[in-house]
This record gives sequence, structure tokens and C-alpha cells, in this order.
Amino acid sequence: MTSVELLHWARGPGLQISVAIFVLGMVFRVAQNYFIGRDKNLAEPRGTQFGPGMQTIVRRSFFHPGMNYRGYFTLIAGYAFHLGFLITLFFFSQHIDLFRGILGFGWPALPASVIELSAVVGIAGLVAVMVHRIFDPVRRFLSDFQDYFTWLVTLLPLATGYMLIHRIGLPFTEMLALHILSFELLLVVAPFTKLSHMVTIFTSRWYNGAIAGYKGVQS
Amino acid sequence: MPKDLTLGEHLRRQGISRRGFLKFCAATASMMAMPPGMIPVVAAALEKARRPSVVYLSFQECTGCLESLTRSHSPSVEGLIFDAISLDYQHTLQACAGHFAEHIREEIIKQHPGEYLVLVDGSIPLKDGGQYSTIAGMTNLAILEETAAHAAAVISIGTCASFGGIPKAHPNPTGAVPVTDIVKNKPVINVPGCPPIPTVITGVLAHYLTFGTIPELDDFGRPLAFYGDTIHDRCYRRPFYDQGKFAKTFDDEGARKGWCLFELGCKGPTTYNACATTKWNQGTSFPIESGHPCLGCSEPDFWDAGSFYEALSAPAADVSKWAGAAIAAGAVAGAGIGLKSMRKRKEAAQAHDPVTVDDLKT
Repeated sequence: MTSVELLHWARGPGLQISVAIFVLGMVFRVAQNYFIGRDKNLAEPRGTQFGPGMQTIVRRSFFHPGMNYRGYFTLIAGYAFHLGFLITLFFFSQHIDLFRGILGFGWPALPASVIELSAVVGIAGLVAVMVHRIFDPVRRFLSDFQDYFTWLVTLLPLATGYMLIHRIGLPFTEMLALHILSFELLLVVAPFTKLSHMVTIFTSRWYNGAIAGYKGVQS
Repeated sequence: MPKDLTLGEHLRRQGISRRGFLKFCAATASMMAMPPGMIPVVAAALEKARRPSVVYLSFQECTGCLESLTRSHSPSVEGLIFDAISLDYQHTLQACAGHFAEHIREEIIKQHPGEYLVLVDGSIPLKDGGQYSTIAGMTNLAILEETAAHAAAVISIGTCASFGGIPKAHPNPTGAVPVTDIVKNKPVINVPGCPPIPTVITGVLAHYLTFGTIPELDDFGRPLAFYGDTIHDRCYRRPFYDQGKFAKTFDDEGARKGWCLFELGCKGPTTYNACATTKWNQGTSFPIESGHPCLGCSEPDFWDAGSFYEALSAPAADVSKWAGAAIAAGAVAGAGIGLKSMRKRKEAAQAHDPVTVDDLKT
């Protein structure tokens, strides 16, 4: 298989297969979570569930002063990675081309310089948490293969994208193919690992908010 | 022109001055990425070179490559170089036809074994015994095998001969293949492009005349001197790509300002060719300079590599349908397994036998 054929496969059948696995896996997990149900709460409700559940989805994405009890490192590195990754993924103009091709609509892109910064911040955040994981004895003890594997799978699209734009390493065709394939690997792996939190975090946050809402307290 | 004349003698007869000849040699050396010190070597070699016989075979092709070669540089010294090879067999250009024409090809094979060059334009059909393209009752396959068997080297002119090109595009009804699938025991130089740049064709011929060898080739058999960089690498719009400034349509502000055409489907980043440096029409411009994305015509299977007007970052297939089907399948599977678990819990609850104080006493 030539590099051109590899790229074409990655943009065509590879993308179809990986998106299908990702969507199927994620919908499966959410549907299973929903239909498995919860035990009926016999207590008298003191509030509603839907609204507080939705509020919690949003609210838990923001920083709260009480969250710093384990130190700022994880907090800052975590925010840096997630923001860098998401801005790069959703606001780079060529990524928007991809979404437009799948969803049928797009949105305005951010300037290349901003994307450059977000990608670097994202990579730096990932590297920082891995260094912390390796050198902190407790984290190292608690880590298993999946932690390292999911970290690598997350880093690869960012790293290959950066190398592609800056012409580092392989020629454009090969590097673009690798970049797309690395993202497809992320899509395939996500539903079956803790990376599934990219979707299930919304359901779990909603449940937390809904449970608190039922009790009439803020989550 | 008598065949025993050297190239230098022939050019002088044509009225080409020494200065004009050296300018050509300098241009040729430059094109082939040689240092200036090589110019006298090129000049001396070309001066003494004798015209090799050239058999130009036309198979499944559109004659665009020949049009490119014969029209674009006339009347330049490159054109004369082409005259200075002995183009003994070429259907479109030769005066004779029919059995006479075929007789010439047979005579060349007999009289100059191991010395003549074969230029091939077009792909070769293999399906159904190769009957989809025949000349004088012979299939293209038979002609190529017979002619290439005694050739010094084979040069595939254009993408069809080099990689199969448009005839080989899906669903490839004639079973078209490139020259390299047929000719295995001779050096084959691929000069792809739809059509290839005329200067590149003459440059490859000049290299052969100068050194008597084939130039350094890349993995696809293309001369590195001309196919060593991508269009993107040498594109004058490259700074706009680096700045993230893209034309979104053919008539928006970005297009008028000459921004990068990547998002309009430009295949420059994945295409190796000399268009951005050598340019077309006597150095006038190249497609991107005229506001059109590169089609990637010098790459294998360019016709099947997705839409010309879809960005390389866009999907090359319909992903939405697959995603829609996956949503349905995921929802059904998730609901099924979720409901099954729910039922299991209910059954377990129903089957639960409460333990009473009396049970504990026993």
C-alpha cells in the first residue's frame, strides 16, 4: 500500500469504520446506562431532577475554590490539556472541514496562531500529567496499563498534528495519514476505555445533579 | 537528418548558436539540480551525443501528453533536442501509416537492439486478452513486450503510462495497468503528470543523452530532480497556509487576495511535481497561480483519491450514513442489554425470599 493509498483509506473507509465504532460504542454505553435504570426513590421529592442535572453538567466544568485541596498542579495541567485539546479539535479550520463533511454544517475557525498555542498547551498539559504520574509514588502505584495507553492514544493526534503543520519527520502525505489514523485509533479505543468519559461524563454529571435536585440541594 | 551526426553538429546545422546551446546546457544542469561546474560536462556530452532511435508507443491515452510535449516549448532549443533524438515511430507525428509504420518499428528493433529508447504514452489493457486497445492487429501488451524486450530503457510519459491513470480509475473496465507492471527487466523512468511538464520530459531525455544512464529516481520511479519536492513545498501561496489564511470559495475575499487553496481541495501537499518551479506555457504560470487547486495529477490513482474540490482534511467517503446506522445499532444494543439487566434485577427481587427472625432461630 502506498502512502497515497493509505491516506485515501484513512480519509474514507478508515474514517467510516472508526466513526461507526465510536458512535456505536458511545451510544451503547449511554443507552445501557439509561435503560439499566435506578432503584425507585421512595423519599418525598424536594425539587426537580432535569434542571439541576443539566446545571451540574455545566457547573462542574468550571473551577471551584474548594477543588484545590490536592494542589493546583493537577487542576492547572488538567484544564490546560482539556482546553488545548478541545480548542485544537473543534476550532482548527481543517478540522471544521472534517466536521462539515460528517455533520453537514460547520462553524467559524480560530486563527492559526491561536490553534498553534492551544495545541502546544494541550501537549504540555499531557506531558506534565504523565511526568507527575510517573514521579509521584502514589499515582505510579495506582496506574495500570490502560492509564498509559489512553495517555498515548490521546497524545498521538496532537503530536502528529503539530509535526504535520511544522513539517517535522515524515513527508506531508505520510504524516497526514498518520495524523488521521491516530485520531481514528482514539475514536476506536474511546468507548472501551476510561476515555469514554468524553461522553459518559455528561450522563454521570446529570445523574449527580438530578439526585441532588431530587433532595432539594445543590450538587 | 542523417543519423550519424552528433547532436552538436545537428544543432549547428539548425542555426543554433554556441551561446544558445550553452544556455540550454546551463538550464538543463540547473533543472537536474547539478552544480554549475557540471555545465561544461553536460555541454561536452550533449555535443558528442549521437541521436538514439526513439519509439514512441501510444496506448490507452488521450494524446494530451504529446500535445504538451510538441506545443508548449516550440520553437525553443528544448524542442530541437527533441528533434535531435531520432523519433522514428510515433503514430500521430509520423508521415507513413499502416504496414509501413509498423515495419519501421520492427526494423528499429532489428537494427538497434539494446540502443533505442521506448517512450510509452498511455496504459495497457489486460482484461479479456487485452482486446480493448489494438494497433495493426496486435494488442498493446504484445507491442510493448516485443518493443521493450530489446530497448535500452523505457520512459513512461504521463500518468496513464506511469501509474495507469484515468483508464485504470475505478472500475477499470479494461483492466488497465502501467508500464511497470509489464516491463520488469529494463530500466523504467516514470514521468507522470496529466500531462507532464514538457521541460521535464526533455530534461529526462537530456539526462539520458548526457550520461547514458537513467537519473536518480524516487520510490515511484520518478526522477528526483523534478519530483523531489511537493507542489506545496514550492508554492508561492505557502505562507498563507502557514498563517491559516484560506480561500473558502472561488470568488470570496480570500480567493481574490490569493490565499491558500487547501480548503478548496488543493492536493499540492501530497503531490510531487515541478509545476511550481518550472511552470507551464513557457514559464507563464501553473494551475494554483491561475486560482485553481492542484489536482495531484502526477500521483498514483489521483482520479480515485476523492473529489478534486474536497479538502484533504475532509472525509473521502460518506461517513454520515455509517454514523446514523451506528447510532441506531448502539441504541438498540444498549437498550436491549440495559432492559435485560433491569428484568434480571426485577426477577431477582421477586425471587427474593425475605429472611425472618424465625428463619434465624432455626
